Amino acid sequence: MTQVLDRPVELKTPASPAERTARRKALLEWIAIHSLGIAAALFFTLPFVFVFLTSLMSDDQALSRDLIPHTWEWANYRKVFDTPGFLTWWKNTLIYAGAGTVLVVLSSIPVAYALAKFRFRGRNLSLMLVISTMMLPPQVVVIPMYLFWAKQLDLSGTLWPLIIPLAFGDAFSIFLLRQFLMTIPNEYLDAAKVDGCGDLRTLLKVVLPMAKPGIAAVALFQFFNAWNDYFGPQIYASENPAAWTLSYGLESFKGAHHTDWNLTMAATVLVMAPVIVVFFFAQKAFVEGVTLTGVKG
Amino acid sequence: MATTALASERRRSGLAAKQRKKALRTLAFMSPWLIGFAVFFAYPLISTVYFSFMHYDGFKPPTWSGTKNWTYVFEHYPYFWPALRNTLWLVVITVTLRVLFGLGIGLLITKIKTGTGVFRTLFYLPYLAPPVAATMAFAFLLNPGTGPVNSLLEKIGIPAPGWFNDPNWSKPALTLLFLWGVGDLMVIFMAALLDVPKEQYEAAELDGASAWQRFRFVTVPNISPIIMFAVVTGVIAAMQCYTQPLVAGKVASGVIQGAGTMFEPGYPEKSTLTLPQLVYNLGFQRFDYGSACVVALVLFALSMAFTAFLMRRRGGLIQAGD
Repeated sequence: MTQVLDRPVELKTPASPAERTARRKALLEWIAIHSLGIAAALFFTLPFVFVFLTSLMSDDQALSRDLIPHTWEWANYRKVFDTPGFLTWWKNTLIYAGAGTVLVVLSSIPVAYALAKFRFRGRNLSLMLVISTMMLPPQVVVIPMYLFWAKQLDLSGTLWPLIIPLAFGDAFSIFLLRQFLMTIPNEYLDAAKVDGCGDLRTLLKVVLPMAKPGIAAVALFQFFNAWNDYFGPQIYASENPAAWTLSYGLESFKGAHHTDWNLTMAATVLVMAPVIVVFFFAQKAFVEGVTLTGVKG
Repeated sequence: MATTALASERRRSGLAAKQRKKALRTLAFMSPWLIGFAVFFAYPLISTVYFSFMHYDGFKPPTWSGTKNWTYVFEHYPYFWPALRNTLWLVVITVTLRVLFGLGIGLLITKIKTGTGVFRTLFYLPYLAPPVAATMAFAFLLNPGTGPVNSLLEKIGIPAPGWFNDPNWSKPALTLLFLWGVGDLMVIFMAALLDVPKEQYEAAELDGASAWQRFRFVTVPNISPIIMFAVVTGVIAAMQCYTQPLVAGKVASGVIQGAGTMFEPGYPEKSTLTLPQLVYNLGFQRFDYGSACVVALVLFALSMAFTAFLMRRRGGLIQAGD
């Protein structure tokens, strides 16, 4: 009986009445807090549970009000994958998210470094402009941008209008990285300079290795952004189903499988799952990014 | 004499060269963003202003139309004022509830002593759900016919609302969806709450302050900048809210079908319209690019006003600019 309890429930020595009421109060508080915690956990997890359970129901049962499947139809997932286009949407999403992430990281690092560590006229102005553009929705400039990509470059029906701009820095990524680079002490940079490193070498050899967590956070946010993007593909890719992404295709999936909530929920699970898997592998970097900027990606 | 003058001259030109080199270096490092800002923001923004005074349908060349687009949007376009009213609703009710709920969950997670990591992850996960998928999930959960939520409500005898199919309930349903994804606020409130100096709580306790008084007079003043931050970014997000109301409306109306299908914006009865949806409706469904630009500029002005407010605060977004 060597049970270890880190809760105030052990009563080994006879305690004074005051001590005992204090302990009882602490125990009651523990119970109250954790009951609330469990209630909140149910609120946050039950939607996932119901979606998942429904995704495994038979067609008939999905039309009923049952909450738990009678038969577990794992074949629903097979059916989703067999839906024409579904694999293409996956491929497109991976291209958009993968290429976009690489481009954003490469193009945002030097800018963030300059904003964090160089002294130059117009630095504060640049930073303010970065933050301002970060706070603007894509709809503000979408009309001229659409005309530019579609009418002048004839690139509508592809994902290029979404990927190419990411090679020129992204305001949110620049800001997040800049916040991170600010936390690197200047002494490291000075030491590198004394050792004869130029700016580029300092960035590559000294700063980047230290900035790995920041870069990881930026990469994650960008990956999720591309994965979640609905407006971009709606504007540029909607006319060509071969260029659709998962987020955009999912909605048409619902349209095609009107009342088949089971299949729609299976597709929904397949869109959610990768994000959640990636999160579990990179939880620390992600939460760090949220606290560093406090801004939604 | 001559030699020192020469030396200082050389030094000065050396200095100038060094400065030029530094400026070039800065320019090189900043260039991706400078190009991006000019091509993908400054130019299209000016262009948006220009088009807002033009009649343009994308086929015939644009023609000058003065303030016609502006008067059309403000006086005749049937969706503009409903969208603005919805935005106000979301700002007042959804943002308030979300900040309070985020603070509550943040407090709760700092009090939980057993299984903290598990609870934190569970509370955070919904924030990560892709918006389209999350909206689809809620459209199913809340659907009046077979949805689990209404099944449960009816079982315990509470009248089940129509949620996304009822104009009076569509915004509350959206609010529920946004409360579910409160993880971002939970994380920043948690960090802020853990930063409150312990001594202040101890001092308050010695003075006999109750739990509520400690919260009101120690916690709140300490985290008020974060509360402010959450409110302002929440307002900006509410104004720009696009994917969730659009997808919810389309799924609930039941008319969705891939590309280019017409659908009633803001179903049911304009109750889920927001400003960004109007840009899409005017520009890509009605091909009235000029009027779409007017709405885009309204969205721009509102967003900038709140962003300016956010940046002007002390301890705001730009901290410690060294």
